[in-house]
Amino acid sequence: MRTYRQANWSEPLIFELGSPGRLGITLPELEDEVKKVVGGVKIPESIKRSKPLSLPELSEVEVTRHFTNLTQMAYGVDNGPVPLGSCTMKFNPRIAWDLSFNSGVDQLHPLQDERTVQGLLEVMYELQKWLANIVGMDACTLHPAAGAHGELTGVLVIRKYHELKGQLDKKKEIVIPDSAHGTNPASAAMAGFKVIEVPSGSDGNVDFEALKSVVGESTAGLMITNPNTLGLFEERILEIADLLHKYDALLYYDGANLNGIMGYARPGDMGFDIAHINIHKTFSSPHGGGGPGSGPICVKNRLVDREKGIYLSDLLPGYIVVYDEEKGIYRLKGPGSHSIGLLKSFFANTIPLLWAYVYIAIMGPQGLRKVTEHCVLITNYFAKLMNGVRGYDIPYGKGRFRKHEVVLSAKPMADEVGVTAEDVAKGLLDAGFYAPTIYFPLIVKEALMTEFTETETPENIERYVERLKEISKIAYENPSKPKEWPLNTSVGRLDIVKANHPKYVAPTWRVYVKRLKGELK
Amino acid sequence: MENHPWIPSLTRDQVEKILRVIGVGDVSELFNDIPASIKLTREQWDKLEIGFGKPISEIEAKKILHGKLSKNTTLKTPPFMGGGFYPHYVPPLVKYIISRGEFLTAYTPYQAEISQGLMQAIFEYQSLMAELLEMDVVNASMYDWGSAAAEAVLMSLRVNKGRTKVILPANMNPYHRKVVESYTWPHGVKIVNAPFNRETGGVDVEELKKLVDEETAGVYLQYPNFFGVVEADAKAIGEVAHEKGALFITGVYPIALGLLKSPGELGADIAVGEGQPLGLGLNYGGPYLGIFATRFDMNLVRQMPGRIIGLAESHRGERGFAMILQTREQHIRREKATSNICTNEALMAIAAAVYLSMLGKNGLVKLAEINYYRAHYAWAKMRQAGLTVDLFKWDFFNEFPVSFNKQGVKYSFIHEKLLERGIHGGLYIGDQYPELGETALFAFTEMHFKEDIDLLVESLTEITRRG
Repeated sequence: MRTYRQANWSEPLIFELGSPGRLGITLPELEDEVKKVVGGVKIPESIKRSKPLSLPELSEVEVTRHFTNLTQMAYGVDNGPVPLGSCTMKFNPRIAWDLSFNSGVDQLHPLQDERTVQGLLEVMYELQKWLANIVGMDACTLHPAAGAHGELTGVLVIRKYHELKGQLDKKKEIVIPDSAHGTNPASAAMAGFKVIEVPSGSDGNVDFEALKSVVGESTAGLMITNPNTLGLFEERILEIADLLHKYDALLYYDGANLNGIMGYARPGDMGFDIAHINIHKTFSSPHGGGGPGSGPICVKNRLVDREKGIYLSDLLPGYIVVYDEEKGIYRLKGPGSHSIGLLKSFFANTIPLLWAYVYIAIMGPQGLRKVTEHCVLITNYFAKLMNGVRGYDIPYGKGRFRKHEVVLSAKPMADEVGVTAEDVAKGLLDAGFYAPTIYFPLIVKEALMTEFTETETPENIERYVERLKEISKIAYENPSKPKEWPLNTSVGRLDIVKANHPKYVAPTWRVYVKRLKGELK
Repeated sequence: MENHPWIPSLTRDQVEKILRVIGVGDVSELFNDIPASIKLTREQWDKLEIGFGKPISEIEAKKILHGKLSKNTTLKTPPFMGGGFYPHYVPPLVKYIISRGEFLTAYTPYQAEISQGLMQAIFEYQSLMAELLEMDVVNASMYDWGSAAAEAVLMSLRVNKGRTKVILPANMNPYHRKVVESYTWPHGVKIVNAPFNRETGGVDVEELKKLVDEETAGVYLQYPNFFGVVEADAKAIGEVAHEKGALFITGVYPIALGLLKSPGELGADIAVGEGQPLGLGLNYGGPYLGIFATRFDMNLVRQMPGRIIGLAESHRGERGFAMILQTREQHIRREKATSNICTNEALMAIAAAVYLSMLGKNGLVKLAEINYYRAHYAWAKMRQAGLTVDLFKWDFFNEFPVSFNKQGVKYSFIHEKLLERGIHGGLYIGDQYPELGETALFAFTEMHFKEDIDLLVESLTEITRRG
């Protein structure tokens, strides 16, 4: 096993650096004529700043070194495997970085005359079409800024659908499997719905009998991801769709796991009415340490009101690129009278979308299908190598192949020697790997939800497995040792309880200093 | 496709080895659980319009994209347009730091010990923003100003449980208002419009007093407001809200804070705003940076949306950083979470942190002054040229409305003529505010030099004379 040592610069906080009078940027001097004409600042005293800002003062040299050092104490896909389940941490190719970051789009105002941005609109129009084809839907809006934002958009569309049909008073519930991402119930609640949870069966599918018992006249919709968070394909998806549609409830596809079926099956063909797409997962735009993402929503052309000629696509929010054949130009169509409105101020997270455009263009349909095949190959390779390793288990759907991810459980190890999923995660960090998503999905105890994506080399999968075996060996020989991990990262294990304690909690430097000075009320 | 630089296991040898280990003869067997009626064949999939029908090289991708984007119009100057998002300078250092792979390609720092640099950078963003706003608690970011304002309104309803009314001024950004409406629509919230004073351009305190009552959960104030006006009565407005127990929510343009009092000093309970001006670029709609802050009052902090990084200590006694107060968030609380937000705009928050570190205490004030002076120079020059620029009495920051009612021309005509000269004029607001007639908002930043402004004013003068 290679030895890993992360940098530890003991880097001071930005507030502990610099010296009074320093400046990190050159700014233009005001023209004499401008100064003369204006005379001075005439802001009324009641709103004019009266005291200096308390920001640090650094030279550009210090700012550069500070943040460079901080990057060396971080870890991304560029450093090694980041197998966070349901996060699809694939490689972020630099060609897409170049073409999205350096394309001049950073200088385009979202309210600019559409005739001045025809090139960009053409690209976005094509992307809308490509995405619709990938998920088998009829219309897309690129508007939402992230997956959860897309979910909120989708659930609001469901709400609007029932409102326009005059049945919102009885359509009050959204049904969600217990294996769902936490954002699903949170989004449903934000859209004013009651959340009804349905259990999973031992085969890893939604328990269909349980589903039948909760779906009825009060059901507004179902939110589900397929493959689900266990990495398993919902085999009865067609029956599920029929059941929901029988009660005029809509089927919502959480696109977080699209990487597992792309090119093999499409949500639109499975009976879904609405789908969101995670551009920052399936289509390789980088996650940036927590964002930006982009979460387009696509819908089927389902009829909402025959007399008024309203379709589901009329309910979509934000700005949609359309082609005006008469004038031969692309236009940005704002929210119409049946639209749910705006979910963010303007068009969309354009830079990640440009990234996705480049990715899809380079891959082509053939490449995207290969992406799916290889993320599935890699997942099953890993699952197979982990089969029977002491201390771990792979619950649900015994004998079934996984798609994009697999959920290991460290429950045997935790029960037998008290070494938990968290300890295992820290042991992985020490070997220079990022850890899987832990303690999720909630239905798996001591879960290690692992998604390598097609990015990972089989050699790294083998090394990862070797480390998991080594961790198990140490755990059974000396169960107190894993509690000391990690040892090779820039800091040791953090005291989360203390960090949240009312007497300690410091969400900013300002609070920390106030507490030191006894100024905190 | 025999291999691809982004799929390392795509070689004949590797595929054979993997298939052998997992015990299947062909990769298609791994997809046998998909019902046949919906399973796509290779031929069906390959025929769909996705990309250009076949894989291409990065050289071709570059050529294609450059070809398409070259159809965008090249303007002589940055657009004289704001509306909450402005053409500000983006220092190369900002772009460089956020392009470093350790930050760019990282996920949300779920594993703290290996992500300390990332977490410190986000903590520093929160802390720098806290100083700028003089608010104690700042989250790691929201999507943009509009969605941050919407979440602030929802938070005021949670804090003041049982109250159902929220007051939004008529002079707030109408795009932000639309977002607030979409977010609050399912919750039966009564949104009441507070009028602005036609003379000053600011919210009318006396009128506001009549609207705020015991049912009011929150009062929103944007400063500078949509017309660019500085809202001289901001503090009094906060007091009106507090008298009835409503939360005072302010929306701010961070660069203006170089010259204006902070939300904290004005008594805000929640401050929101847009981080785009802090080194992010215009990005045609995103990514942007929703700023969200509150006072250090646990009744408020517990209702805050979004992720927060806090100071921590390791068991070895080292200083560190951790995600804190997570019991508010969706991955723990599911339907009881304060918001569904997960992925936010972390990288943009880091960009803003780098930019604020470069500007520092004096740089931000200087930058604000440049913006103020350039806009006021434009205002004086336009006035000299006989254009109607004094719609409101109160001072403005870097944006103001220009009315063409007197000239009797439609703004669309002026816009067209400016565009012919390679200039993109202001934002037409006659549709949103019919009472103002043919009026457009013009914005000026450090990117608009004296000669750019002179060119604009000369052009406007010529166009209106001939018109």
